Amino acid sequence: MDTSVVEALTLDAITKRFGTLTANDAVSLSLNEGEVVALLGENGAGKTTLMNILFGQYTADSGTVRVFGKTLPPGNSRAALDAGVGMVHQHFTLADNLTVLENITLGVGSLLSTSAGRSAARDRIKALSQKYHLSVSPDARVGALTVGERQRVEILKALYRDVRILILDEPTAVLTPQETDDLFATLRLAIADGLSVIFISHKLHEVMAISDRVVVLRHGKITGGVRTADTDKHALATLMMGTEATPPKVPQSTPGPALLKLDRVATPDVGNAPGLKSVSLSLHAGQIIGLAGVSGNGQAAIADVVGGLVKPAEGRIERGGSDIDRWTPREAVKSGIARIPEDRQKTGTIADFDLTENAILERYRSAGFSKAGWLNWRSSRAFAEAIINKYDVRCPGPDTPIRLLSGGNMQKLILGRVLEAAPQVILANQPVRGLDVGAVNYVHGQLLEARARGAAILLISEDLDEVMAMSDVIHVIADGQLSPGFGRGSMTPTELGLWMAGQGFENENAHAP
Amino acid sequence: MDIIEILFTASFWAAAIRIASPLIFATLGELICERAGVLNLGIEGIMVSGAFAGWMAVYSGTGLWIGVGVAMAVGMLFGLLHSTLTVPFGLSQHVVGLGVTLLATSSTYYAYRLALPEVTSPPKIVAFQPYEIPLLSDIPLLGPALFSQTPLTYLAFVLVAVVGLVLYRTPLGLAVRAAGENPAAVASQGLSVTAIRMGAVIIGSGLMAVGGAFLTMSAFDSFFFEMVNGRGWICIALVVFGSWRPGKAMLGAVLFAAFDALQIRVQQTSLGAQVPYQIFLMMPYILSILALVVTSRRAEVPAALMVPFNKGER
Repeated sequence: MDTSVVEALTLDAITKRFGTLTANDAVSLSLNEGEVVALLGENGAGKTTLMNILFGQYTADSGTVRVFGKTLPPGNSRAALDAGVGMVHQHFTLADNLTVLENITLGVGSLLSTSAGRSAARDRIKALSQKYHLSVSPDARVGALTVGERQRVEILKALYRDVRILILDEPTAVLTPQETDDLFATLRLAIADGLSVIFISHKLHEVMAISDRVVVLRHGKITGGVRTADTDKHALATLMMGTEATPPKVPQSTPGPALLKLDRVATPDVGNAPGLKSVSLSLHAGQIIGLAGVSGNGQAAIADVVGGLVKPAEGRIERGGSDIDRWTPREAVKSGIARIPEDRQKTGTIADFDLTENAILERYRSAGFSKAGWLNWRSSRAFAEAIINKYDVRCPGPDTPIRLLSGGNMQKLILGRVLEAAPQVILANQPVRGLDVGAVNYVHGQLLEARARGAAILLISEDLDEVMAMSDVIHVIADGQLSPGFGRGSMTPTELGLWMAGQGFENENAHAP
Repeated sequence: MDIIEILFTASFWAAAIRIASPLIFATLGELICERAGVLNLGIEGIMVSGAFAGWMAVYSGTGLWIGVGVAMAVGMLFGLLHSTLTVPFGLSQHVVGLGVTLLATSSTYYAYRLALPEVTSPPKIVAFQPYEIPLLSDIPLLGPALFSQTPLTYLAFVLVAVVGLVLYRTPLGLAVRAAGENPAAVASQGLSVTAIRMGAVIIGSGLMAVGGAFLTMSAFDSFFFEMVNGRGWICIALVVFGSWRPGKAMLGAVLFAAFDALQIRVQQTSLGAQVPYQIFLMMPYILSILALVVTSRRAEVPAALMVPFNKGER
């Protein structure tokens, strides 16, 4: 038996342009059999584009992909799969209304065969589940599974096809720390069997934990490659960003009076998303309250209650010491609550409206922007221009449709819209999702300034690192229940992870009386 | 004769099954399109074109089954047009569908005038005749109702089972359903969403045309303007009524047809003498709307219905 290294995958001078943007610029990369290469880079560095080219979902402008010495035809996922390449996308590619088995067997074998071969498939899935500790029921409907289980289905999809190279695109973004550990255990088993892995991430500790080698991609170019054993997190961060970017310092703060209180608030379930179960929370001036949790555990419900979109079915809301009975988005805005919505494209902005219109969306009726029912375009435009200058929104001008802006610049406009209203309460729901490190630091810095000014901030995030770095008090939300508040630095990520997985709640299965 | 008595006559049920047959063909066709994620509003026009093409072929001297094949082929051509515009080009399925309906309807009328410029009353063909299935047709009540129909009616009901089996028991059916639920899942398994969706629309449109052809080749024996008369739109509702499942959609078609057969008969009773006949004409539609209200709230719409999919777009 030959013991020399076998090259599993070679990417040779891949170039891909989208319009004027060069997403990948002559990128070359190789992967040996049984090796784990981490592809590290900021958002927008071109990692996902590169992997989509490898998997045949994009067609490269130039360059070739070779798998075990054979060149793959461009833009052909089928050929990539047949050559033994599997990919777990960042956004899962599963059909919710189909079963686990159906999702896994879809497209395996000939479409024109007359038998579905279900029982053989079921046996094989069960065997794979056991071997790699991927417990999931083959006949469950995917829509009923948790995020962690769905990811197991994605991995099973690949293993079912006997892939020899597995691409994982930010696989841990939606997992609890425990689920991440389980994922790594599974991967190690498969790697021991000869699987080669490309692991895309921007989480440095995970890269250090799982990879043999790290390749850094910045602005579409490879800027470095090191053996994991020869480097450390600090060096990797510098490689990834080009410069040493330092997150803003979090100074001490003394909390003021409670500005907004939820008292035993309950809301009904919405589809698969749990409603709130007797949630009590108070937001104090000059304090950042962090809300940690796996997505879909009631974060949206809390955000909707605070923003006035949903009236609680039970419980009270107290604003500035007095009870509230009328509670609509307009009341919320009028009372000085400002929102950074979770999805800046869907609910934060209107894509085809220009920057001016988007800047006044929440306050177009207030005195400065309209008079006797007529919009005052002059002052609205001036307001948008002020935001553009003050918050460094890179754009051609206030008349640009906002859909043409990058995510970071869109978020800066929203941030400006929020902060210029000098709100007392800020609801920041996933304020830095999808932003690169520079923009993340900027947004965090602005939130900290608002805190220093005396605003109460509710920070909702699925990124535990972000919650831990920013929050004065952390609550964990799981299945609509809220944990007690934990002071800064009083909990480890592992301890919070257990709460995120639903452990520690007193009345786990009990419903509110 | 009152309503209860009508419900126990063989002729009433025979009529209901006959009226349901074209609806079943077209509903199955629409269901296949929608299961793959494409709403096909071309259905009404495609039925008109199928009604004419099948009848014209037989009138020109081909056999009846060849006529059915010609109708199917014409429907598939319109399906190819519809799916080319909606799937790879991703155009609005509403606009394209209505466009196909208008195009198919008016080009059919144009072809009719070109082919028969001078006739005033449309010529007749020898249509499919009822075939009595031995033994089964001797069963009292059920026999004359179910087993003394034309071969096309039998084919409609057989197709319900075939489409059900293909959708739920074969890899091809799984791929079609997945394309309507999440096309990204289909692409990630190395399949072509474009091919699956286009294939489904083409086959589905072929069935719609056969539904149209049933009118000229089995229900009546000639072609006249306005003969499809909104049946295509009823089929769109029947797909929703049937929760995108072939068996349930068939039950819906029979139910609607039974209302239709009933109202004609009630018009001839003593009740019918007192009430304006338009009220009776409305009845099947009103009852269908009520049935839709009750059933469709639980219906599971294919998640990616009307969502275009473009590979490699960002």
